[in-house]
Amino acid sequence: MAHKIGKQTIIIDSPVGVFSAAAVGSKKEGEGPLGKSFDIINEDSRFGEKTWEKAESKMQELASWKALHKVGLEMKDIDFIFAGDLLNQCIASAFSARGSKVPYIGLYGACSTFAEGCGLSAVFADSFAKNCLAIASSHFCSAERQYRFPLEYGGQRPPSAQWTATAAGAALISREAGPPYIKAVTFGTVEDLGINDQNNMGAAMAPSAAATLSQFFKDTYTDAEDYDLILTGDLGAVGSVLMRDLMAREGFSLGENYNDCGLMLYDREKQQVESGASGCGCSAAVISGHIFPKIASGELKNVLAISTGALMSPTSVQQGETIPGVAHLVCYSSEKGGIF
Amino acid sequence: MSLSSDEYKKMGEKAVPKTKSIRNLTGAFLIGGAICALGQFILNFYLDLGLSTPFAGTACSITLVGISALLTGFGVYDKIAKFGGGGTLVPITGFANAVVSPAMEFKSEGFILGLGVKIFTIAGPVIVYGILASVIYGIIYWIMGLL
Repeated sequence: MAHKIGKQTIIIDSPVGVFSAAAVGSKKEGEGPLGKSFDIINEDSRFGEKTWEKAESKMQELASWKALHKVGLEMKDIDFIFAGDLLNQCIASAFSARGSKVPYIGLYGACSTFAEGCGLSAVFADSFAKNCLAIASSHFCSAERQYRFPLEYGGQRPPSAQWTATAAGAALISREAGPPYIKAVTFGTVEDLGINDQNNMGAAMAPSAAATLSQFFKDTYTDAEDYDLILTGDLGAVGSVLMRDLMAREGFSLGENYNDCGLMLYDREKQQVESGASGCGCSAAVISGHIFPKIASGELKNVLAISTGALMSPTSVQQGETIPGVAHLVCYSSEKGGIF
Repeated sequence: MSLSSDEYKKMGEKAVPKTKSIRNLTGAFLIGGAICALGQFILNFYLDLGLSTPFAGTACSITLVGISALLTGFGVYDKIAKFGGGGTLVPITGFANAVVSPAMEFKSEGFILGLGVKIFTIAGPVIVYGILASVIYGIIYWIMGLL
């Protein structure tokens, strides 16, 4: 059974791991440096659907279908679905789960959703569930129309802006599965250091990522050097610089082993995405498609994946509110034995 | 986190790359200038056809709006705007783009509650405050005439 250590960290005791995972993306993601890591790339960003919202649901369906298909399981073998996205009332997730007949737990953690889902799945699989499915998605076109401008509206993006990834990731987290094994989970606190520019979400989210990561180090008596890779979700170029600064203030120095999914998904110069990628689908697809296979093969041993979410809404931004952030951490390992 | 939001704002300002002003200004100058030159060309064309100056001006505006709406529909205008920035926003073509783009985008929610409601999401404030300003101007003009 999972147990809590320190202030916020949950240790997963039984061997719980990622049984299978899949990443789905569209044209721009396929053209990026991680294009080959995706299981499914659909050049048509509408995924054959009439609306962008339906397209996003379709991506979730494809990702979960692919993850199950890889290990020969079906929806009836799943105990719980944890899913989330960026759309109002989380419709992409709910609509993709409506045919599954599996207990559905809808999550909203903005772009932190994938870690939130994987963390909750691990806790559930460590106690009474056998198979849990964690899914997260985002779609550039459905996010733009909800948060910003119509697609064909002509405008320029500031250098701190990020590009919402059209991507989905699904991870099947099961008891007696792995590698990657899930060793620990730290759910983060909501942090707000007063950033109110929604074109600078990396800066808004960096304090929450730093708060969660430093708390995890304190709870587990470990340091950055103990991990092969420390990966934040979508802080982008601006946020990841701030992340290093904030961690240094807390007394932890992040070295070459630190990276950010938002910096990995696209070629920032060539693909003109300014500060990098963002969206629930960014960390979901990068971790599912690119990081999990590396942990499974043993190329990476101990990995901390911290998905970061900016918790604003178009209404709160218009009302002049600052942007709070939240970050959840999942600790993966290629080895079965305990590391804490 | 043991730092104030003011301290963090200062850290943030350092981390944000500077806007490429020279590149953006050049783009705006070239594209904005090109749109105005096109406008002049169209105006001259209508004057040559024998239209009076006010009518030729109106016809020129209509033509520019039509071209902008078409380019928005073909998905070209936002690409020009990405380069041109303020140069595509300020002329009348930018206004047309601001009306046509939400009309296209929100058609998926139907012609009444989607297109009909959302068509002025961006241009709405310009229309509201433009009319308000013209009313205030009119009142001032009228009062000045009484004096």
